[in-house]
Amino acid sequence: MPTTLFDKVWDSHVVRKIEDGPDVLFIDRHFIHEVTSPVAFLGLQTRGIGVMFPEKTFATADHNTPTINQHLPVADPLSANQLKALETNAAKYGISHWGLGNPKNGIVHVVGPENGITLPGMTIVCGDSHTSTHGAFGAIAFGIGTSEVEMVLSSQCIMQPKPKRLRITINGKLGKGVLPKDVPLYILSQISASGATGYFIEFAGEVFESMTMEGRMTVCNLSIEMGARGGMIAPDETTFAYLKGREKAPKGEAWEKAISYWKTLKTDADAKFDLELSYNAADIEPQITYGTNPGLGTGITHNIPAATDVKDGAASYKKSLEYMGFHENEPIIGKKVDYVFLGSCTNGRIEDFRAFASIVKGRHKADNITAWLVPGSHIVESQIKEEGILDILNQAGFELRQPGCSACLAMNDDKVPAGKYAVSTSNRNFEGRQGPNSRTLLASPFVAAAAAVTGVVTDPRELL
Amino acid sequence: MAYDKFTVLKSTAVPLPIENVDTDQIIPARFLKATERKGFGDNLFRDWRYNGDDTPKKDFVLNNPIYSGKILVGGKNFGSGSSREHAAWAIYDYGFRCVVSSFFADIFKNNSLNIGILPVTVSPEFLDKIFKAIEADPKAELEVNLPEQTVTIVGSGEQESFTINGYKKHNLTNGFDDIDYLQAMKDEIKTFALQREF
Repeated sequence: MPTTLFDKVWDSHVVRKIEDGPDVLFIDRHFIHEVTSPVAFLGLQTRGIGVMFPEKTFATADHNTPTINQHLPVADPLSANQLKALETNAAKYGISHWGLGNPKNGIVHVVGPENGITLPGMTIVCGDSHTSTHGAFGAIAFGIGTSEVEMVLSSQCIMQPKPKRLRITINGKLGKGVLPKDVPLYILSQISASGATGYFIEFAGEVFESMTMEGRMTVCNLSIEMGARGGMIAPDETTFAYLKGREKAPKGEAWEKAISYWKTLKTDADAKFDLELSYNAADIEPQITYGTNPGLGTGITHNIPAATDVKDGAASYKKSLEYMGFHENEPIIGKKVDYVFLGSCTNGRIEDFRAFASIVKGRHKADNITAWLVPGSHIVESQIKEEGILDILNQAGFELRQPGCSACLAMNDDKVPAGKYAVSTSNRNFEGRQGPNSRTLLASPFVAAAAAVTGVVTDPRELL
Repeated sequence: MAYDKFTVLKSTAVPLPIENVDTDQIIPARFLKATERKGFGDNLFRDWRYNGDDTPKKDFVLNNPIYSGKILVGGKNFGSGSSREHAAWAIYDYGFRCVVSSFFADIFKNNSLNIGILPVTVSPEFLDKIFKAIEADPKAELEVNLPEQTVTIVGSGEQESFTINGYKKHNLTNGFDDIDYLQAMKDEIKTFALQREF
């Protein structure tokens, strides 16, 4: 029977099927960080059980970490306590740990792929919803709760009902100034933040086939924002070229064997999906959100829609605009911006910094803008320096910070003040996401750069 | 984590008729710094519940004494966003044992079931009836019957069935959890792991 990529990977990991219950799914890679793991380790202790396969779990510190002066002790005692707990637990159970100061430290969803830990055909989980990022490699990757972190530590399995299958196909070629980030933001504006709930997405078509691995990671990263459990893209030559030579990727004979397996990971021609959606690349312009969930976005040249034109209920929509200080039918372009954040597991990779730099090069940061440029990892930070991007940024009046999740969720000191507007390359514009009462407009690195040099929401195509 | 067994819950309910109630509202990120699972109820809906100076916001439902109970009734796409189980912990710690909505975000639903909160999905029409019943009488009771898989507006007798898979139902009614189940099949998992390449 013809099967989908998702079915192939899922079915090969089912240890046991429970009648009228979930599947017991074997997990190949488990990432942990300081925020969602301490209570799981406490659970192990309480039950008197251990970690079954410590070599399949990798720990990194990211959510709480400061983005300046990382050589100093962490000032916030609660953050320091969580970071210490991760270090202690990792050491106790024999889990490799890339803590603050480690040259491989960075955001979990950036360091996994760049070190070759993330591979095609794997099942990958982490106590963080943006684990969906790793689906870019043709892996089934999704976020889990702390009870499930405890499950994976103690048994290397989770218990999940199998999601339905959704394929989103986009053919054609993306226009000038349109980045991978704009693609999922566009899909979100079409299907809403709950449009893919209950599904696992496969992204297919020319747009994704011609995209770099970093672009694919950005796309899969945002599949969770559509309500999907995760999203994946079939591995191909682009995937293999990205992985070759990465530290933990297979080598020599094992590499050849892996490649021949990875080549089987694709949806068969006549395989059936529970739902199919398709869009045209030509319809996608640089996107920006105006509301308080990632589904409330539009093309940058469009006006904010009327309540009658959106899928969310009118009362929730009006509450959302009121929070943002925006009104129905008004243009989003030209809105004053206070903060710009480049970074996060969505857009904290080297290509994002290259894109940002290509716009700010030869220009200067607007006076009204505070810009936080935060690489996703130390490896990205090194690339920024080696490629001369840091010089471009500095000449344009910007500074580079140190790696971490930073203003994406504002668990550290990088908080956007109440009432201020941030154009952010991160993934969530929820109320208070970037600091209590902050206002977030999600966009691509191009749009962020355009706002950073003009001080207002600007169509980046005018600056390219 | 063991939790209370869930069978039949008859209680008044707290209405929150807002769509896309996300996990950042249920528990903002700045309250995720604990290393133990306690005290999260104090910060449930923190920024909707309190002003910046920690005084309660009068118009938020949790601050309105006429509403109380162990059942929270939310709008469509309840619990969207993060995988943070802290959101479910906060709801449980505050005293809720059941959340009713017409649509739940996936991970939130799983997290709730894993810690002993029953997420009940009803039709948009029935959800509307529940909101109207509570609006008409804040002391209106709901009865959530897990063995029978029904939710009833006690006053009017209007009832709807809900679905839940048999395994999860068994766990909730007995207070078991998945870790107990997985510990019992460790040999099978080890054998499976040996066949995996990576």
